Amino acid sequence: MPVHLEIVTAERQIYSDEVDLISAPTRDGRVGILPRHAPLLTILQPGELTIVKDGTRTPFAVSGGFMQVLPDRVTILADTVERADDIDAARVEAAIKRAEELRQSAQTDQELALAEAKLRKEMVRLQVMRMREIGRRQ
Amino acid sequence: MASSREIKRRIRSVKNVAQITRAMEMVSASKMRRAQRNVVATRPYAQSMRQLIAELTGRIVGTGRKGTLLEVQPDSRKVGLIVVTPDRGLCGSLISNVQRQTGRFILEQNKAGNQVETFTYGKKGRDFLVRSGQKVVAETMKLGDAPSLEQVLGVAQAALARVQTGEYSEVHIVYSEFVNTLVQRPALKRLVPVETPEASGTPRLDFTYEPSQEELLEELLPRYVETQIYQAVLESIASEHSARMVAMRNATKSAKDLARELTLTFNKARQAAITKEVSEISSGANALADG
Repeated sequence: MPVHLEIVTAERQIYSDEVDLISAPTRDGRVGILPRHAPLLTILQPGELTIVKDGTRTPFAVSGGFMQVLPDRVTILADTVERADDIDAARVEAAIKRAEELRQSAQTDQELALAEAKLRKEMVRLQVMRMREIGRRQ
Repeated sequence: MASSREIKRRIRSVKNVAQITRAMEMVSASKMRRAQRNVVATRPYAQSMRQLIAELTGRIVGTGRKGTLLEVQPDSRKVGLIVVTPDRGLCGSLISNVQRQTGRFILEQNKAGNQVETFTYGKKGRDFLVRSGQKVVAETMKLGDAPSLEQVLGVAQAALARVQTGEYSEVHIVYSEFVNTLVQRPALKRLVPVETPEASGTPRLDFTYEPSQEELLEELLPRYVETQIYQAVLESIASEHSARMVAMRNATKSAKDLARELTLTFNKARQAAITKEVSEISSGANALADG
């Protein structure tokens, strides 16, 4: 019996499907969710979110959010989320550099907030990518 | 009566206007469809968020400790107001409706002895507030037709930060609510203190909370408010394009009516000239025959 997973961001729905296992980075450590898990409400921290469906793993980079677990249904409210395979190393590093420059040159509060939000998001992407590389080497 | 050459020139210019407004109508129509899709796409997140907050606040009531965004700060006389407008005009009464609502709110607050500080999305609202001498704390312009959450967060966080430090007692938002293509309503909503959504009728489950309920709520509430602001911005964009589409459709129709009227006047003038000439010639001929 699979569990229904929905990943949504404030902008749109990213994923909606029946899956067999969800491994998510929560603030208190990584949790694995199988079908019929006890109801749980928790905060996600930046990291890799992995979904297993029919034996295939799909990694996502998540930058934080909330996860609501019901026995037959899991809802992830992500701040930002993206398939790890879509992340490109060179582009991430360029984006980090840009965000840092933006932060340096920020003159108003909201420019600074925007730059910092961007930087945080890019750092997570970089982190997830590095974690994937380590995973491959092992 | 204007000379027939002048009428002809006016017909040509009116027809040009009709062509432009027709093109703007079609551009707005396609932008509107996309903006509507964006509004709809944010609903699952907002829905889940509401449900979580309803669940949590339902439980925490009674324990005494609440997140700061739920509580009124009684000792502050300052109120934050977020004003969402388009950057550009030519969209009917949409902008003036939002501006009127904004003005009314500020006057009411001032009468109650509260000072209003504003935050704006969009050029029109900002210009209005600057012109009327209001304090604009933070502003964002040129968001485009499909802004990302990130683009919207800056101003939102500037407002929320001032609530969390206890500077503002309340934060409200004025924007144009998208009802349907023909109806956009200026809406004024209170963001902070957060109005807790009603828990739906589903039976309560015994959740495990990691970390505690209070901490969760404290994290959730700012996101919830940010989501509401983001939705307001998207709705405002959908409203803008719908309003512009309708305004441009009316303008095209008026231009065409005017062109038809002018053509009629032109034809009449031409006919009158011909008739006059004929009668002159025939009376001249008659005069010769009589002589």
